[in-house]
Amino acid sequence: MVVVQVIVGGLLLGAIYALFSSGLTLIWGMMNFINFAHGEFVMLGMYVAFLVVVWLHGGPAVFGLAAALALFVLGVGVYASLIRHVIRGPMLSQILSTFGLALLLRYTAFWIFSANFVSLPQTSLAGTLKLGGIFLPIAQLVAGAVAIVLTLALHLLLTRTTIGSRLLAVAEDRAAAMLMGIRPDRMQALAWGLSAGAAGIAGALMATSYPWSPSVGETFGLIAFVVVALGGFGSVIGSLYAGLIIGLIQAVSAFYLGAIYKDIVVYGLFVALLWLRPQGLMGKA
Amino acid sequence: MLSPRVGLCLLGAGLLLYPLILSGPFYRDIGVTFLLAAISASAWNIVGGYAGQVSVGHSMFFGLGAYMPLLVYTLWGWPPIAGIPIGIALAIGLAAVIGLPTFRLTGHYFSMATIAVAELIRILFGTWDLVGAAIGLQGPAVGRGWWDLTFRNELPYYYIFLAVLAVLLLTTAAIERRRFGFYLRAIKASERAAKSLGVPVRQTKMKALALSAAFTSVAGSLYVIKTGFIDPDSGFGILISVQMLIVAALGGAGTLFGPLIGALILIPSQTVTNSLFGGGGSGLTYILYGGIIVLIARFEPGGLLDLWYRLAPKLRKRAHV
Repeated sequence: MVVVQVIVGGLLLGAIYALFSSGLTLIWGMMNFINFAHGEFVMLGMYVAFLVVVWLHGGPAVFGLAAALALFVLGVGVYASLIRHVIRGPMLSQILSTFGLALLLRYTAFWIFSANFVSLPQTSLAGTLKLGGIFLPIAQLVAGAVAIVLTLALHLLLTRTTIGSRLLAVAEDRAAAMLMGIRPDRMQALAWGLSAGAAGIAGALMATSYPWSPSVGETFGLIAFVVVALGGFGSVIGSLYAGLIIGLIQAVSAFYLGAIYKDIVVYGLFVALLWLRPQGLMGKA
Repeated sequence: MLSPRVGLCLLGAGLLLYPLILSGPFYRDIGVTFLLAAISASAWNIVGGYAGQVSVGHSMFFGLGAYMPLLVYTLWGWPPIAGIPIGIALAIGLAAVIGLPTFRLTGHYFSMATIAVAELIRILFGTWDLVGAAIGLQGPAVGRGWWDLTFRNELPYYYIFLAVLAVLLLTTAAIERRRFGFYLRAIKASERAAKSLGVPVRQTKMKALALSAAFTSVAGSLYVIKTGFIDPDSGFGILISVQMLIVAALGGAGTLFGPLIGALILIPSQTVTNSLFGGGGSGLTYILYGGIIVLIARFEPGGLLDLWYRLAPKLRKRAHV
C-alpha cells in the first residue's frame, strides 16, 4: 500500500513538473532557445502566491491567477527588453542573457526573502482524502489535476487554435510568417508570456503542498531540462508524459534509495538520454 | 600610444614585481586570488570563448582537480601535487563523456549538459564517504617537506600561479596562430559553413574542451594546494562556474588577454565590495554578478576589450583635433 502511495504522490508532483516544463519546451520549439532562468520563474510564482496569501488573504484561485498573471507580464517584459536583442546575436550572449537573469533573480530573492524555507499558511485546500488505504492530501490532488488540465490546454492552444497556428508559423519560418501578416515579435512575446505564466502557476500550485526557499529555482530549472530532454525538445504533449515519468522516478528512487539520491537518479538519466536518445521520446533531433 | 609589444612587457613586469612592491599580506592575497581567477577564466576561454561552446558547468573540472590532490594525500599519504595528473586525466575523461554526445547537436545542448553534470557531481561528492561527503577533505596541516608545497608566505604561491598562467597564455597564443585556432574561429562564426569547408567540427570542439578541462583541473589543484581544504560547494558549486564565465566575458571572451583584463577589474572590486558590505554582502555580490552578465549579453557581448578596440581609434582622432 505504501508503494501505491509513493507512486500516486510522484505522479501528482510529476504533473506540476510537466506544466512548468511545457513552458520551457514551448520557447525551445519557437526559437531554439534555452531559458536558464525558467526554474527561477517557478520560484517567483511560489513567492507571488505567498505574498498574495499573506497580504491579501487570497484563496487558491486568487493566488494561482495572480502568479500566472505576474509571471506572464514578467515573461513578456524579459522578451521585450532582453531576449529580442540577443536572439540573433552570438551564442555567448544567448546563453549569458538568461543565465545572468537566473542569478539576478535567485540572489535578489535570497536578499529579499532570506534563505529560510517558507510554506503557505493553511489554505482552504487543507485536509486529506482517504481512498482505499492511501492518503491523498486534497491540495496535492487539486494541484496535480489543475496542472494536467493546463498542460493539455496549452497543447490544444498550440494545435487547435488560430493563435497556436500563428505561433507555430513563426517557429517554422519567421520570414514566411511575416509575409502572411503575422507579427513575429508579438508572437514570440506571447510565447514568453505563456511560458513564464505556466511556470508561475506551476509554482503557485506547488506552493500549496511543499515548503520552499529561493534556491529551489536551480533544482526546478534542471528538472525542466531533464523533462524536456526526455519528452523531446519542442513537444508540449511529450513534456506531459515525461513530467509524469520523472515525478514517478523521483518518488520511487527517493523511497527505495533515500531522499538524497532522487536528484542523482534524475540527473544521471539526463546524461544517459544525451548518449542514447538525444531527440527525446517524442521529439525530432 | 603604447605599442602592443611595449604594453605586453609592462604587463609582464607589473605582474612579476607586484608582490615585491605591494608586499602586505592583504595585497598578496588579492594577487593570488587574481591569478587563480585569471587561470580558470583563461582555461574556460579556450572552449567557451574561442570555440563558442558556452560551458556553464566548468566547476566540474575545477572540482575534480581540487579533490584529487587531497584524495591521494588522505588515502595514501602522497604529496598533494601527485594528484594533479590524476585530476587532469579525470577531467579529460569527463570532457569526453559530455562532449562526445552533445557536440553532435546545437550549442544549447552542451550548455544544458554542463550545468546538469556539474550539479550531479556536486551532489554525488556530497554523499560519497570516500571523498569526505559533505565535510570534504583536508590537506597536510604542516608540510612534511618542500614537496608538500605548504608555505607560510603567499609569495611562492604567487609565482607558481604566475608561471602556470604564463604557460596557459602561451599555449593559447600558439593555438591562435595554428590551423587548430582557425578551425575554432570558423566553428564559432558558423558551424555549418565550417563543416562544408571540411573542418572536422566535432573533433575540434572535443579537443578544445579536453584542453580547457585539463587546464581548469590544474586551476582547481592549485587552489586546493594553497588552501589545503575542499568541500563539495567550494569545488563544484555553481558560483565557481559563474566566476569563470563573468571574468572571461567581462574582459572579452575569445581573446587572449580578455580573461586577464576581466580578472584585473573584477577581483580587486570584489574584494572592495566584500570589505564594504562585510560577510553578509556576498549575496549582494552575486546580484551584481547576475546584473553584469545580463548587461554584457545585452550590450557588449565582446566584452571590455572589444569596446576599447572600437573606442580607442575615435579617442585618438579626437586627441589629434
